[in-house]
Amino acid sequence: MAALPHPLAPEQRLVGPRDLAWLLAGLAFVMAPHFARAPWWLTGLTLCLYGWRVYITLDRAPLPSRWLLVGVALVGMFGVWMEGRTLFGRSAGVMLLMLFSGLKLLETRTHRDAAVAVFLGYFLIVTNFLTSQSIPVAAAMTVGLFMLTASLVGLSAPQRALRANLRTAALVLMHAAPAALVLFLLFPRVQGPLWGLPQDAHSGVSGLSDSMSPGNFSQLVLSDAIAFRAAFEGEPPPHRELYWRGPVLWEFDGRTWKTGWGLTTQHRMPEGGATRYRYTVVLEPHQRDWLFALESAAALPERARFSPDGTILASAPVRTRMRYELTSFAVNQIESDDDPVTLRRATRTPPQSNPRSRELAQQWRAGGASPEQILASAIQHLRTGRYTYTLEPPLLGEHSVDDFLFRTREGFCEHFTSAFVFLMRAAGVPARVVMGYQGGEANTVDRIVTVRQSDAHAWAEVFIAGRGWLRVDPTALSNPRRIDAGLARALPDTEPLPFLTRTDLEWLRGMRHRWEAVVHRWNVWVLGYNSERQRDLLSFVGIPDADWRALTAALFTILGVITTGLLAWSLRRFARPDPVQAAWRAFCRKLAAQGLERAPHEGPRDYSTRAARALPASRRAILRIGVLYIRLRYGNETPPGRVGELRRLVKELRFT
Amino acid sequence: MLGTLLDRNPKIANWLYGFKPPERGVVVLVHRRVYIVPARLGVLFGATLIVLLLGSINYALSLGFALTFLLGGTALAGMVHTARNLARIGVSAARAAPVFAGEAAQFRLVLDGRVPYDRPAILVRHLGSRVQTVVDVPRLGEAEAVLPVPAKRRGWLPLGRVMLETRFPLGLFRAWSYVELDARCLVYPRPERTPLPAPVADAAAGSAQARAQGNEDFASLRNYQRSDSPRHVAWKAVARSQKMLTKQFSGEAASELWLDWAALPAGLDVEARLSRLAGWVLLAERTGALYGLRLPGVELSPGQGESHSGACLRALALWEGA
Repeated sequence: MAALPHPLAPEQRLVGPRDLAWLLAGLAFVMAPHFARAPWWLTGLTLCLYGWRVYITLDRAPLPSRWLLVGVALVGMFGVWMEGRTLFGRSAGVMLLMLFSGLKLLETRTHRDAAVAVFLGYFLIVTNFLTSQSIPVAAAMTVGLFMLTASLVGLSAPQRALRANLRTAALVLMHAAPAALVLFLLFPRVQGPLWGLPQDAHSGVSGLSDSMSPGNFSQLVLSDAIAFRAAFEGEPPPHRELYWRGPVLWEFDGRTWKTGWGLTTQHRMPEGGATRYRYTVVLEPHQRDWLFALESAAALPERARFSPDGTILASAPVRTRMRYELTSFAVNQIESDDDPVTLRRATRTPPQSNPRSRELAQQWRAGGASPEQILASAIQHLRTGRYTYTLEPPLLGEHSVDDFLFRTREGFCEHFTSAFVFLMRAAGVPARVVMGYQGGEANTVDRIVTVRQSDAHAWAEVFIAGRGWLRVDPTALSNPRRIDAGLARALPDTEPLPFLTRTDLEWLRGMRHRWEAVVHRWNVWVLGYNSERQRDLLSFVGIPDADWRALTAALFTILGVITTGLLAWSLRRFARPDPVQAAWRAFCRKLAAQGLERAPHEGPRDYSTRAARALPASRRAILRIGVLYIRLRYGNETPPGRVGELRRLVKELRFT
Repeated sequence: MLGTLLDRNPKIANWLYGFKPPERGVVVLVHRRVYIVPARLGVLFGATLIVLLLGSINYALSLGFALTFLLGGTALAGMVHTARNLARIGVSAARAAPVFAGEAAQFRLVLDGRVPYDRPAILVRHLGSRVQTVVDVPRLGEAEAVLPVPAKRRGWLPLGRVMLETRFPLGLFRAWSYVELDARCLVYPRPERTPLPAPVADAAAGSAQARAQGNEDFASLRNYQRSDSPRHVAWKAVARSQKMLTKQFSGEAASELWLDWAALPAGLDVEARLSRLAGWVLLAERTGALYGLRLPGVELSPGQGESHSGACLRALALWEGA
């Protein structure tokens, strides 16, 4: 049995040029985004392999020998290894996939090889999602999926017209959509990762880091990338109150601020405030465990906790888009009963660093000034010191605070904040640096506040006995417009900024708002769909507390319904457009019931004659039906009324 | 293993396949008779899906999930489409012209699409001989699949079980069905190429040998009559004059030849005798002689022409002993 050649077996059907061309086009299409990202030599090599296959097809040249392909594969793999010193991990995997798709095409001879290449194409589609899952990418990859599926159809029916094959592919994909939707909604989601993610799994993600040194904010704010979105219940707060608190920095080495560790105090939530805000945050993955909250959070999201200095920490680094609900009070001070040890850490400065600033701070402190008075002096200094807010501050030397305060007088938020906190500490007032985001843009369409990396900000908190930690934004003191109106208005027009942050194109802004509303829904409902949303959905339709068993049961039930629907579609009866034929069939059925089955070879004349002889009672009608049928079916013209007569005769035919 | 079991127990096979052979007329392959399993490519596709799913979980790729599930749905839809490509097709057999043993019986199967969509790439395979062909059935139309089944022995050759298979549109599933149509082909004995016998001439007929020789002498042309053998039409003359003319041979009516079983050498076995007689029938027909056939229990009086030779050959094919 096995040795029998099978004309439909994919191993034995050669691929024609047309189907090969489709396959090549589909693969090139889904690979196009990688071409721009991959090293130039790999892009070149892959394109060469594709071109080689085209040449072979056009020229009917033989396929290259296996050894040659193995050689090319080894060279390519060596090149990939040279790029990252590994053959594993995300980017190496993508590179190898590109290489192998070209090599597979060069040994593609049969339907089976081509189908394997199509499957490789499916993998290539998924690798694109590692970089971006935006709506345009999804749309493009849908086109790619269609092309690959169409080539699969073409492989199965090489003789068929291309248009018909495209239609079939579209139909199959259309029929696949309901099942896909149900699977997407109900397939029990497992929270990854299943195995250790390779080192490079999250490369290229920008966001706040856990330290601050001059220059890293001005790099970050050039990015248009979205940090998170917040949907408020009711009116969003005014711009000046949008302080999104992130990590707190304690340790200063004269240039860089770092997070504190080993803090022992307990963070206290505010009990009330001017206004209470309830909102939902959709946080983009940033690979750190802190979450951002409007100052100051009055409740914790699920499975999150406060660090001693009041940062909200998730149970694990945020590797996927995360959604959490929060309540905050609009307050600018946090009550605290910090112990003296902690407070002493908040006054530590590296000895010998920034002597001029230290001298200035000592002056404020002289004469036994209270912390409030020292704070007032510092604020006064920043206000009147003619400091310039700029994205491109000059480079600072070893004593960065001195350089900024007395020499360059130009800086970005990290310069102002760093200098201010240093001054306060040098004057003996406990102070710390807070990183986060300030502001955000409220969408006029869905009122969702979008916070971008360009809103990244740093400010200070000063401890005043009896009041707790008080928020001071040194940048705002020297340049109030930054806080009231956002970065774009605070900076001179000559500064480089992300294109869309500029405000002069109002209609463009409107369109962007609409688009971002769509993107937000996409992020929440498509990209952010997870096991929690699944539970929400099921409790919404009346199945509370659904576990994976309930999900699976629901999934299979609905899939069964869908399959039944598809089967019913495939079983549709198609009405015969020909009434003559229908009448004749009815006639044959009636006679067959009388034991007079029409033999396959029997024509209408013979059959009706035989039947008339067997059923003399209905002889006239039977003969008339035979004559009418022959005339209507085989005659040149259709006399009016005859079809009706035939149908009536057949209908009225009765046997006793 | 299942195959042998079914071969030995036709009742189980009939129950399983949902029909009782042989079937008359147009057989419609209802869904109940169409079986479907994943093809090897489908298994590979499933493995691809699993890897895609694991990757999507690991990298938390929502669109990876979406793609995986869309491909899963595609497989499901592809399964239904594959079954649809075969289901409710009408199969009937056209008459197969008689052949000689050793030749191939040209069974013609008519596949009636019966639906307003085409059904591409349908494999028709004769299970007994493994003869196969692939046809595309057009929209609302018919396609003919010719199965050249080797005819080994004389007598009736039933078509037997035929499998129809398709993998369209995605190649991930293999749908198939069996039919056993009431079609048969008459197989004449393999003709032995030996010269016509020095016949046992009837007293009245004289030497058939001599007359047979004489029959090959061309005498004249006359107008064509419907009963004339096409072999005797003077095609060259027809081409010239646009008129059907028949060649006449001298002494045609006079010759009478008996092809007699009893006249064959005693050492020949039954099949060899029938072969030789079949060869003689052909030769006699070609020479234009009037010939009759005598078998134990069968006698066909002398005659001529295609229907006569057909009758003789048929008698030889179906002879089962006196």
